[in-house]
Amino acid sequence: MDFFERFLIPHPSPIIYASMAAIVLTTIAIIVGLTYFKKWGYLWREWLTTVDHKKIGIMYLISALLMLFRGGVDAIMMRAQTSMPENTLLDAQHYNEIFSTHGVVMIFFMAMGFIIALMNFVIPLQIGARDVAYPRLNAVSFWLYFMGAMLFNLSFVIGGSPSSGWTSYFPLAGSELSPSVGTNYYMLALQISGLGTLMTGINFIVTILKMRAPGMTLMKMPMFTWSGLITNIIIVFAFPVLTVALAMGTMDRLFGTNFFTTTDGGMDMLWANLFWVWGHPEVYILILPAFGIYSEVISTFAKRNLYGYNSMVASMVVISLLSFVVWVHHFFTMGQGAMVNSIFSITTMAIAIPTGIKIFNWLLTLWKGKIVFTVPMLYSLAFIPIFTIGGVTGVMLGMSAADYQYHNTMFLVAHFHLVIIPGVVFAMLAGLTYWWPKMFGFMLNERIGKWAFSFISIGTCVAFFPMFISGLDGQARRMYTYSESTGFGIWNMISFIGAIGLAIGFILIVYNIYYSTRYASRDVGDDPWDARSLEWATHNPVPEYNFAITPHVNSSQALWDSKKNGHTLFRDGLKEIHMPNNSGVPFVMSVFFFIFGFSFIFSMWITVIASLIGIFACMLHRSFENDHGHHISVEEIKRTESEVRGAKNE
Amino acid sequence: MKELFPAKHVMGFIFSLVLTGVALSVYFFDMSFFMGMTILLVTAFAQAALQLVLFMHAGESEDKNTIYTSVYYGIIIAVITVLGTMLAMIWGYV
Repeated sequence: MDFFERFLIPHPSPIIYASMAAIVLTTIAIIVGLTYFKKWGYLWREWLTTVDHKKIGIMYLISALLMLFRGGVDAIMMRAQTSMPENTLLDAQHYNEIFSTHGVVMIFFMAMGFIIALMNFVIPLQIGARDVAYPRLNAVSFWLYFMGAMLFNLSFVIGGSPSSGWTSYFPLAGSELSPSVGTNYYMLALQISGLGTLMTGINFIVTILKMRAPGMTLMKMPMFTWSGLITNIIIVFAFPVLTVALAMGTMDRLFGTNFFTTTDGGMDMLWANLFWVWGHPEVYILILPAFGIYSEVISTFAKRNLYGYNSMVASMVVISLLSFVVWVHHFFTMGQGAMVNSIFSITTMAIAIPTGIKIFNWLLTLWKGKIVFTVPMLYSLAFIPIFTIGGVTGVMLGMSAADYQYHNTMFLVAHFHLVIIPGVVFAMLAGLTYWWPKMFGFMLNERIGKWAFSFISIGTCVAFFPMFISGLDGQARRMYTYSESTGFGIWNMISFIGAIGLAIGFILIVYNIYYSTRYASRDVGDDPWDARSLEWATHNPVPEYNFAITPHVNSSQALWDSKKNGHTLFRDGLKEIHMPNNSGVPFVMSVFFFIFGFSFIFSMWITVIASLIGIFACMLHRSFENDHGHHISVEEIKRTESEVRGAKNE
Repeated sequence: MKELFPAKHVMGFIFSLVLTGVALSVYFFDMSFFMGMTILLVTAFAQAALQLVLFMHAGESEDKNTIYTSVYYGIIIAVITVLGTMLAMIWGYV
C-alpha cells in the first residue's frame, strides 16, 4: 500500500476534492465531445501535429489564458483569506500552496506562454517570413511547455502542490523541510517547460536574423520584432542557469546530493543566487515583448511613427546587458557586506535609465498625435502611469539600505504586481485585442472591451495600492493571517475588493470572446486598425504560407509606406512555395517527457528509463527521417488567394 | 596537391589531442590544486576556441560577425555571473 499512498494529497480539503471531480468530469466531457462530434482526426491533423507558427501561437494563447484563470483563482482565494483578520477560509498549508502555485503558474505558464504566443504569431508575419526557422522545433517547444504546465497542475490533485513559494528557496525546499512530492513537481515541471522555452529562444533568434524580407535590415525591423530578438537573446543566456539550478535541486531532493543543504559543504543561499541569476533577466524577458507591443499599439493609434526608433533599440540592448548584473538586489538582506550591496544598488538604479528613455519615447510619440481610444490603446495609456509608479517603487526597493525596511513585506508585493500587471498583463491584453482580427478574422467588441479595461485597470490599482501602506506598516508577505490589533484588516479588505474587480474584468474578457465569436462582423478587411507593419499586409485569415509573394521592405513601417508613400510591397510574380510538413513526433516525444517527469517526481525508475528510451527513439527517428516538406503550386496559391477576397498581386 | 591536403585541420587535430593529453596529466601527476586548476582552465578554453574556429567553422561564413558577437556576449555574461556569484557568496560575505 505504501506505493499508492504517495499519490494521495497529504493535506486534503473539500476544495481539492471538488477540483478532482471537476478535472475528471472535464476530461470525460472533452473525450465524449471529441468522439461525439467526430473531431479526433481534425484535432490530430490540424492541431496536435501542426508545425504552422500561427496555429502554435494560438495553442500557446489558449494555454496561457487557461493558466491565467488557474492562477487568478489562486489569487482570489489568497485575497479572500487575508481580507479579514483571523480568517479561517484556508489554513496555513493551503495558503502556502496557493501562493506558491499562483507565482509559478502566472510567471512560467501564463506570462511566458502569452509572450511566446504573440511572438509566434506575429514575428514571422512582421518580418515577411513563411514560418519560423525550425518549424518542427517550434512544435517541440510548445508541447514541452504544455506538458510542463499540465504536469505542474497535476500536483494539485496527485501528491500535493509545492508550498515553499514560487522562488522555492532552499533549505525550506529541501527534502528535509518539504518532504512531500510538491517541490519535485516544481523542479521537474519547470525543467521540462524550460527546455521548451530555451528552444523557442534559439528558434526565434535564427528566424529574426536569417529570414527577414528583402530590404529589411536590422534597423528597419518593426519594434515588436526588435523586442522579440532581444528577449530571445536573454532567454538563451538566462535559461541554462535555471536548468542547472533545477537539476541541482532535483539531485538534492532525490539523490541526496548536498548542493543547497546547510550541512556537508552545501550552500543553501546558492540556490537563491542561481535562481535570481536567471530570475532577474526573466523579468526583462517578460517586459521587453510588452514594450514592443506598446510601441506598435501607441504608434498605430497615435497615427505617428515611433519617436526615437534608434534610442528605443539602444535602450533595449542596454537593458539586456544590465538585466544580467542586478540579481543580488533580490536578496540584499542575505548577509553580504555593504560593498556588494552598493554595487548592485547602483546597477539596479542604472537600469531605470533606459526604461525611462522608453517611457519618454512613448510620451513623445503621443505628442501631437491623432489619438484613437481603442481598447489596445487604452491599455497602453493606462500602462504608462501605473507602470511608472511600480517602477519608481522598484528604485526605492533597489536602495539596499532602505531595502532592509521594505524587504519581505507587502510593499514588495505591491511593487512587483504594479510592474508586472501593467507591464505584462495589460500588454498581453492589448496585444490580444490588437492582433485578434489577424488571428481569427473578426474584431473583439470594443464596448465590452472598454468595460473589461475599466474593471481591470481600476481593479489593479484598488487591489495593490493598499499593500504599499500595509507593507510599510509591517505586514509581511506570505502570512496566511494576522491579528485584528495590527490594523491591516481594512487595507486587505480594500485589496480584496480590487481583486474582485479584476476577476470581473477577466470574466468580461471571456464574455467578450464569446459575444464577438457569435455576433461580430466577419467582414473586417485585412487591415482593420489602419496599422503600419507587415503583418497587416497579408490576408485575413492568414493563408498557410503567410505571403503569396515575399514583400520588399524599405523602412520599419513598410505597410504604411505602401499605403501613403507609394512604396510597392509585392514586386515579384507568384512562385512555387516550399512549406514544412506536419509531424506527430513532437507531440509523442512530449508525452514521453510528461511520463518521464511524472515518474521522476515519484521516483518510479523503471518508467523513467522506459520514457527516456522513448524520448531518444523520437530523436533517432528525426535523425534518420527523410522529410523535405511539400510544395504549393502556383495554381493552388492563385486559388487560395482568390478565395480570400482578391489577390494582392501587382 | 597542396591545396587538397587540409594541413590546417590536421595540425589543429593534433593540437587538440595534445591539449587533451596535457589536461589528462593533471590526474596522473601529483600537483597543487592551484597548479592543476590553472592547467585545466587554460587547456579547456584553448580547446573550446580551437574547436569553435577550426572545426565548427566560426568565421568562415558571411555571418561571422553575428557568431563572434554572440560568443563574446556569452563570455561576458558568463564572466559576470561567475564573478558576481563569487562576490556575493564568498568575497563580499561578512
